[in-house]
Amino acid sequence: MDNQIKRYILFGIFCAVAIIYIIRLAVLQLMDDTYLRSAQQNVLQEQTIYPARGLVYDRNGELLVYNDAIYDLIVIPEQVKNLDTSEFCRVLGITKEGFLQRFEKIKRGVGYAPYRPSVFEKQLTIPTYAAFQEKLYDFQGFYVEVRTDRKYRHSNAAHIMGYIGEVTDREIEKSEGYYRMGDFIGISGVERAYEEVLRGKKGVRYILVDSKNRTQGRYKDGQFDTPAVAGQNITLSIDQKLQALGEQLMMNKVGSIVAIEPGSGELLALVSSPTYDPNLFIGRERGNNYMRLLKDPSKPLFNRPLAAPYPPGSIFKVIMALVGQQEKVLYPSTSYGCAGGYHMGGLTVGCHPHPAPLPLRGAVAVSCNAYFCNVYRTVIDNNAYPNAEAAYKKWYDHISSFGIGKKLGVDIFGEGKGFLPPSTYYDKVYGRYRWKASTTISLAIGQGELGITPLQMANATAIVANKGYYVTPHIVKTINGKPNPNPEYQNKHHTTVDTAYFDVVIDGMQDVIERGTGRIAAIPGIVICGKTGTAQNPHGKDHSVFFAFAPRDNPKIAIAVLVENSGFGATWAAPIASLMIEQYLTGKHDTRTYLLDRMLKANLIHKNDSTATQTVQY
Amino acid sequence: MTQQQPKPSSIDWLTLVIYFVFVTAGLLCIYASVYKETHPDIFDTSQNYGRQLVWIGISVFIGLLILLVDEKFFYAFAYPIYGLTIIMLIAVLALGTTVKGSSSWIEIGGFRMQPAEFAKFGTALAIAKFLSGYNVKFTDKKIQYVSAFLILLPMAIILMQNETGSALVFASLIFVLYREGLPGYFLFIGFMVAVFGVLALLVPNIYLVIAIAILAGMFMIMIRRNRQNVLIVIGAGLLMMVFVSSVDYAFENILQPHQRSRINVLLGKEVDLKGAGYNVQQSKIAIGSGGLMGKGFLEGTQNKFRFVPEQSTDFIFCTIGEEYGFIGSVTFIILYMLLLWRILYLAERQRYKFNRIYGYAVAGILFFHFAINIGMTLGLLPVIGIPLPFFSYGGSALLSFTILLFIFIRLDSNRLNELRGAFE
Repeated sequence: MDNQIKRYILFGIFCAVAIIYIIRLAVLQLMDDTYLRSAQQNVLQEQTIYPARGLVYDRNGELLVYNDAIYDLIVIPEQVKNLDTSEFCRVLGITKEGFLQRFEKIKRGVGYAPYRPSVFEKQLTIPTYAAFQEKLYDFQGFYVEVRTDRKYRHSNAAHIMGYIGEVTDREIEKSEGYYRMGDFIGISGVERAYEEVLRGKKGVRYILVDSKNRTQGRYKDGQFDTPAVAGQNITLSIDQKLQALGEQLMMNKVGSIVAIEPGSGELLALVSSPTYDPNLFIGRERGNNYMRLLKDPSKPLFNRPLAAPYPPGSIFKVIMALVGQQEKVLYPSTSYGCAGGYHMGGLTVGCHPHPAPLPLRGAVAVSCNAYFCNVYRTVIDNNAYPNAEAAYKKWYDHISSFGIGKKLGVDIFGEGKGFLPPSTYYDKVYGRYRWKASTTISLAIGQGELGITPLQMANATAIVANKGYYVTPHIVKTINGKPNPNPEYQNKHHTTVDTAYFDVVIDGMQDVIERGTGRIAAIPGIVICGKTGTAQNPHGKDHSVFFAFAPRDNPKIAIAVLVENSGFGATWAAPIASLMIEQYLTGKHDTRTYLLDRMLKANLIHKNDSTATQTVQY
Repeated sequence: MTQQQPKPSSIDWLTLVIYFVFVTAGLLCIYASVYKETHPDIFDTSQNYGRQLVWIGISVFIGLLILLVDEKFFYAFAYPIYGLTIIMLIAVLALGTTVKGSSSWIEIGGFRMQPAEFAKFGTALAIAKFLSGYNVKFTDKKIQYVSAFLILLPMAIILMQNETGSALVFASLIFVLYREGLPGYFLFIGFMVAVFGVLALLVPNIYLVIAIAILAGMFMIMIRRNRQNVLIVIGAGLLMMVFVSSVDYAFENILQPHQRSRINVLLGKEVDLKGAGYNVQQSKIAIGSGGLMGKGFLEGTQNKFRFVPEQSTDFIFCTIGEEYGFIGSVTFIILYMLLLWRILYLAERQRYKFNRIYGYAVAGILFFHFAINIGMTLGLLPVIGIPLPFFSYGGSALLSFTILLFIFIRLDSNRLNELRGAFE
């Protein structure tokens, strides 16, 4: 071959390589933008600025929940050098094995890289943090990151506050990028329901870092940074003093107290007993405490006032009285006799001894079973309707308009519907058109299949106090000083019963306190209207039930109290309600020390254990 | 004989201009890759760029001296220079300082240098002198053995110093042997198979087929288009395409998964963040993030924040790729090709065999550095640490490349004098 040609061949090889490289460059630089993104990920570190979570106050402006700094120990494995392991373990209070285990765990973690920060130890105690801070210079590659956790100033109202905890993978996915691994989120109660209000808005700071993750300055002088926006403060409608008293009174008892401001639907107290200290859900022991509470047979985590359905007992008679009047089968003057109960065919509903016959007002006051069985019968057997089913449906609508048998829409989670049997329920049991008033007569006195939650009882009380309407009960009064924006919490829900029919019933309820079954609840100088109930419980001793509102004119508080398996309404529920009313209206609850003492000392669950306390304190 | 000074007009200015462009651009890239706000002064000799500036000064000074030396000197002293570099290489083995695992450094008066760099032009001179001898024909077996010995001796010593990259460079002298009579298919087939074999695993086959077609087209233009040549080029092209397609198949179906994985890591296809894969990955990120126009001088974040290890030395091309983008990178490659073409062109017009052979050696060495260095930076070749001529930080390398190139410029500048001498 001609030697001159070789020059071209050699240069051809040179050019071939050059062209391959140019193609490669085109692929890298022009066609594939993953490298550009990788470059940004390399140098741009997105630092999250955590906002302060909103504070929570009670209706009188008393601080209930605030934030507390917690200290996480972070390690950048690559930067750990010349570590005096034994000294390190001593300061941190861990063993050498624990030290190695932690490193193993970090290395197995998702997204681990030796140049990236990983959490070495969560939530150092303050003394450890202080000791560590002094030694930080000796422990290269470690630093402490400050985050905030919740702190509850009072050890009550746990069911209302709820608690926060680390987000789950599902929540991270659902949040579409808001939450990251290790973020806190409200898990129950107000913390959960108002999560988006309380959490605020995370800020972002873009930092340029070098290959060793060392900060090299702000990215473009911080023009893409966004500041964190603190969470909004919330004022609850709860009265902390009233709530605390309620929990005290319910110590060593199982049951609920619900107090509502009738005009506004604001919940003044929401007691679920047994309860627990909300501070169990902060700090390092969060998980362990949760497991212990979950396994506790007394079910302290169960939010009874919202979720537990009970047969309402005699207090349901008040509603019956209203429905009967609205259906024009009952008038204030209507009287029925009571021969020790209601007898119809082979059926008997017993009654306690009292003067008879009585008009409506008197029947409410003495809680005559026979009277309200008759009322129920006249409602269901009303000739205005073609059959019992149609009449029952009408009755159902009336009861339903009192918020019974459905969720009211309170602003914290865990609300139950209770149970108001629809006509189809009886169709299933007896067959269509094969049931009538007598078959379902126990509904008349609040027994049978009925299930009503304490919240629904209190709401029904508020309806009576308002003479015909309710505002959906809610627990958050204002957000950042502005009224709760949910229009549900302003609207009045009117019942199907006209205002005019309420007075006679309220008269009867006033009689209950002044000369009827609820005399023990009377407070000098305050006109209380109430009704005792003794809910028959197929599983054990009757539940003691009481509901009341006060004062009669321009009512300020409507309350329902239920003490499980404790007997007559007048024995436990009525005195507790009375003390609560007194506390709320006068600010005092110690004028009747004998009553207070008896309630506080009563131990209705730990019969043989006088030292047991109700609030779970692990 | 009177001293023959080169006239300015007889110096190949194009080569010289490219040299100065490269050295200046290289300095700016080094400056950018080690730039810190706290040390903005380019004359600061505590920094790499300051030191490189000093080395540029020394190199240009020695380059000028070379232009003033009698051109007969290099022919006369080719073997002594070769001998001296071999002695230095052996001395390094005994007295050398170890830097980053390679014991190829020697300290002289506070300056560290790498004799391996100087062995390149020493060997180039020796092989040129040997093959240009009177009545030497490369077809002679004895000549072939001596040539091989001249090349393999420094290579072996350098390998003992743990400098695989530098040792491999001597393989580039095969280009010289080819020019002087080594059968061409040796070179060509081996080279193509190696290049396309690796590429087949990295680049979608369609690109390679296009590249082969372009290559074949170029040959068509360059060669005499008789029937036999056309058939050879077409046949070779088709064979190459078949080969490229079969590599992927063999890789996927014959190798075990763990073998594939190792090769993938080597090729930079799988990211191994702890080992060599990190360098390549970061290098590709830096270059890839440059885009069409680049980020601009001192704006390359990957460079500035030290994501690419060995940024100012072996991975200097990352700086070009990131800060000057596709346009800058391609401009660099074209300029480099222009330099190589110019050297080959000048070599072929030499009257003396010595000059021509030396020219081919220069082109071969410069090309080899270019191919290995850029290929590594682009993740196409395994990480072999050799510098990019005129760009990479490093005094010995810069000085030796300058001497290598300037000896050739000096030899070439005498061409007109030769002619004049012949006719006067």
